[in-house]
Amino acid sequence: MPQNYVPIFLFLAVIGTMIPATLLIARLVRTQRPTREKLLPYECGIDPHDNARGRYTVRYYVVAILFVIFDVETIFLFPWAVKFKALGVFGLIEMLVFLGVLIVGYAWVWKRGALEWV
Amino acid sequence: MPDFVTSYLGSTLTPGEAGNQFWALVYVFVIFAGVSLAVMSMNWLERKALAHFQIRLGPMRTGPHGLLQPIADAIKLLLKEDIIPAGADRFVFWVAPLIGLLAAFTVYTVIPFGPSQAVSDMNIGILFMLGVSSLGVLGVVVAGWASNSNYPLIGALRSSAQMVSYEVAMGLAVVSAILMTSLNETGTGTLSMIGIVRAQQEQGVWFIFKFFPLGLIAFIVFAIAMVAETNRAPFDMAEAESELTAGYHTEYSGLRWSLFMLAEYAAMISVSSIAVTLWLGGWMRPFSRLLRGSAWDLIFSLFPAVTFMGLAAVAFVGVVRMPRRSDFKVQKIGLAVFGWLLGFIALMLLIIAIAGRSNGAAIPSTVNQSIGYIYWFLLKVAVFMYLFIWYRATWPRYRFDQLMRVGWKVLLPISLTVLVATAIVGILLS
Repeated sequence: MPQNYVPIFLFLAVIGTMIPATLLIARLVRTQRPTREKLLPYECGIDPHDNARGRYTVRYYVVAILFVIFDVETIFLFPWAVKFKALGVFGLIEMLVFLGVLIVGYAWVWKRGALEWV
Repeated sequence: MPDFVTSYLGSTLTPGEAGNQFWALVYVFVIFAGVSLAVMSMNWLERKALAHFQIRLGPMRTGPHGLLQPIADAIKLLLKEDIIPAGADRFVFWVAPLIGLLAAFTVYTVIPFGPSQAVSDMNIGILFMLGVSSLGVLGVVVAGWASNSNYPLIGALRSSAQMVSYEVAMGLAVVSAILMTSLNETGTGTLSMIGIVRAQQEQGVWFIFKFFPLGLIAFIVFAIAMVAETNRAPFDMAEAESELTAGYHTEYSGLRWSLFMLAEYAAMISVSSIAVTLWLGGWMRPFSRLLRGSAWDLIFSLFPAVTFMGLAAVAFVGVVRMPRRSDFKVQKIGLAVFGWLLGFIALMLLIIAIAGRSNGAAIPSTVNQSIGYIYWFLLKVAVFMYLFIWYRATWPRYRFDQLMRVGWKVLLPISLTVLVATAIVGILLS
């Protein structure tokens, strides 16, 4: 029923007003004397010589792609799990086929070394 | 009183389900205040417990046994200068802790503290919880990127990779618990958080013990994944202070930093609540089928009062053990007042438990029942919160490649196997 979902927005509204309000109060009471040294990005006392938003290792993309595949698969499992007993043996076999395709892919990914980090 | 205030009283539905937004708002405020209070006391407990694990005393000066330390910290953080680094993206920098907090707090909408003690009972409860709590990754990534500094960026990338890796195993473990809810006459399970606890009530077993050891293994996978999800030790790669300073929130200071802490602890409480709801019977008291009857009901209803009495006793022992010197007078009085406060709460709970014993008086009996539900739920969550501290004190931090290996090569196959095994056993037994 839609009224079950209304409290989500109440929650968002409460957090969304309380937190900025707290930040605003803090702004009124705290000291604020920025200097050049204070505003430098922290690098253990060395002046940063470059923009930090540079290139980073490609492995993070691999992890992200694997995550998308496996998480979507988990979402597909949810409706089956809810109707698990009603669907019975047929549902189980159907799901095993679905999982089988995925496990083959998982084994391939493992063998190709996409799960290694070094 | 206006009608919308009184009409909800005595209802067995959650405010969200009854469509009473006034009470929903009251619940939201109570939860917000309660979680903030829990985070503050958790802060004190963590420092104290860690100190005692390492044979130190921990905070002792601010208040008796450092009890006022969280308040002192809060005032300090409020007054601290708020620094936004020169190269930072100011808007994104500002919005990042807000995203984390919104994700951490919004999931409390569906956490069932009792059969009607939840803000709302959505039919997709657990899916909503998993979905919204994973939005916390966004806050972390955005914070690290906006800072325009090397440590936060690396910390954010690591932390997001870790969170998404463990979410897969976590999701599969959850599916195997959902699967168990459908093993009833109708053959249909539920995703509603309250429905999951009801299913455990009907089947007469907590899912951790169902199909032993399958439920237990799924629970352990979840318990490991949830530590990684919340970036806590031994999986706290994101804020590995020896190599990354403070990870994604290195550049944050003052109140903004404390918002990240608030979000982290709120997320710890909410994932513990998922574990409690799915595997540990939610609000149900232990042995609810084994030890039945009014005598046992009375004994178990005394537990909340006894707990607070124990806490008060600990406080009074602390008073007695303080040195007999005049400069300890204020500390002694303070601790004694704290002890009396706990004792007073214990007394109130005792009165309610005694008054609610007879089913004749409707209101004390309902209040007594609700206190029982909330007490058992919070006690189970509190055990997890203590475990979080214990892990941190006991285990050294993982290396990043080990961390990813555990997530992808150990937890994922285990949770997949458990899921398939649970399904096969479930079919065979029905």
